[in-house]
Amino acid sequence: MKVKSPKDFWAGLMFMGFGLFFTVWAVIYYQMGTAVRMGPAYFPTVLGGMLAVLGLIVFFGSFAVEGPPVPEFSYRPLILISLGCVLYGYLMKPLGLVGATAALVYVSALGGHEFKWKEVTVLYLILVFFSWAVFVKGLTLPFPVWPEFMGY
Amino acid sequence: MEIFHNLYIGFVVAVHPVNVMYCFIGVILGTLIGVLPGIGPVATIAMLLPITFNLNPVAALIMLAGIYYGAQYGGSTTAILVNIPGESSSVVTCLDGYQMARQGRAGPALAIAALGSFFAGCVATLIIAVAAPPLAEVALKFGPAEYFSLMVFGLVAATVLAHGSLIKAIAMVLLGLLLGLVGTDVNSGVLRFTFGVPELSDGIGFVIVAMGMFGTAEIIANLELKDQREIFTSKVTHLYPTKQDLKDSWAAVLRGTALGSMLGILPGGGALLASFGAYTLEKKVSKHPERFGKGAIEGVAGPESANNAGAQTSFIPMLTLGIPSNAVMALMIGALMIQGIAPGPQVMNEKPELFWGLIASMWVGNLMLVVLNLPLIGMWVKLLTVPYRYLYPSILVFMAIGVFSLSNNAFDVLIMAVFGVLGYICVKLECEPAPMILGFILGPLMEENLRRAMLLSRGDPFVFVSPNKPISLAFLVASTILLVIVAMPAIRKKREEVFVEEG
Repeated sequence: MKVKSPKDFWAGLMFMGFGLFFTVWAVIYYQMGTAVRMGPAYFPTVLGGMLAVLGLIVFFGSFAVEGPPVPEFSYRPLILISLGCVLYGYLMKPLGLVGATAALVYVSALGGHEFKWKEVTVLYLILVFFSWAVFVKGLTLPFPVWPEFMGY
Repeated sequence: MEIFHNLYIGFVVAVHPVNVMYCFIGVILGTLIGVLPGIGPVATIAMLLPITFNLNPVAALIMLAGIYYGAQYGGSTTAILVNIPGESSSVVTCLDGYQMARQGRAGPALAIAALGSFFAGCVATLIIAVAAPPLAEVALKFGPAEYFSLMVFGLVAATVLAHGSLIKAIAMVLLGLLLGLVGTDVNSGVLRFTFGVPELSDGIGFVIVAMGMFGTAEIIANLELKDQREIFTSKVTHLYPTKQDLKDSWAAVLRGTALGSMLGILPGGGALLASFGAYTLEKKVSKHPERFGKGAIEGVAGPESANNAGAQTSFIPMLTLGIPSNAVMALMIGALMIQGIAPGPQVMNEKPELFWGLIASMWVGNLMLVVLNLPLIGMWVKLLTVPYRYLYPSILVFMAIGVFSLSNNAFDVLIMAVFGVLGYICVKLECEPAPMILGFILGPLMEENLRRAMLLSRGDPFVFVSPNKPISLAFLVASTILLVIVAMPAIRKKREEVFVEEG
């Protein structure tokens, strides 16, 4: 057996994984109920089962029909962009808008093709000012502006 | 005439200075993100949803709608001048629009795109005003069985019209439905799939999902490509089309408007499908199909009119049935729910100023767009010279602020990043994210209506196809027919052609 369509091979596996997970989890932890009075497990079990079956079809189809290869993943932007967002969320309370925006802008800029300290710093300053003016001053969202340790 | 009275109510609301201002903000933002490749209306509307919480519902919807149809105008500018679709619905405009620009006729191409869009926008506004009330009347009689079948039909149509593999699209819908079930089960109060995380007990915010799947995933995918743009700014000299241009394109504008309006109403339809359909149609009816791809003005006029018409008529199922036909409409429903308005046929009767105000504002917005796009074209073109390395960190900052402000919670931003990764994987595996978003928003609604219908029928599954429920039966029959038709090899090939052609 040889995988002819790698995209479908992985997509099939992904769908089967999600489908089985939801079904098994629902069956173990929630009540099924009856068709008249459906319990919390009923709908997810049915949907998960259908998803797993479709995944299986896609999976087996990948051995039969020729398809393009999976394009290479660019891990650099993938990791740095995601990391930047997560840092923004978790640094907001301790470091304030000023710190969180810095983390997001510098880390995500590293995920691009070129990184120039000067350019990124100017961009960062503009974005912090804009965020502060629009969201904190304008829309009065309760964001801390400065880091906690600075006592604001 | 009732329709004139209704439109009058609408215009009174739409020309109110505050609403005009929000309409203006909407169309400006729409044009802006339409011009900029790499950010679309879905991510933008998702970003702005949390902010609309502070606005009144009419102003919020007017602004968000403006972003969607404004993006159709902006997208054509980039397509014609840079050969990059600023919006996915402008992909086909690149074919002939860019060729016209290379021949030094960028001005007429831009003018026809804007004027065609304006005409289509006016017609589509009227169509909504005429078609929506009777549809809402019918929808008021729907019970849970009808609603369930309607949603099945909507989801099936959305997968059939999505491009790429049909099975994968259906699988994505199912995945969306399942993810939509995360959170507290309304009937039993049981926490489902929350894994002990308290933040998940209210479910995953679909704004967060949309921003991850369409926002961060898009940015990561864009960063793989190198910046390379060739802009014909200097060549936009004379804007006005010649008499010959007008003669060549008026019929295409009419055809594009008609086709776009029809395709917009279909579930799963909207601007993207409309523009593809219109281009194919123009090529079919033309006496000189060989001119297409070499700067035929009909190839710009048809699709550009169609995408604007489709963008606007796709509001019809959302406004009358409360069923979203595409990802943007799913977000509009979210905007209504944030305002505490249950979407559905009752909106028209209970909130006429909202309903008719929104419709009238589309006409006002279209008028603004013509002014914004024709004389001010130079300003938008300058925007294109902004490199992507400045843009994407800015977009990320706004998305992160938007998500964080939903509930001042870092966990939401984490979820956005997770869906960004999932969205990127889906792009790589050719799984369309749009059907998933539709499933995601419909998941809880479908379960609720299924449960109610089964309870009312005492567990008889044939309630959906019984002769006493002709509407429900009709929806399910239509869904089956659609699936069978698309699964037939001959049609499947044709469907692939429509989407792949010149793409």
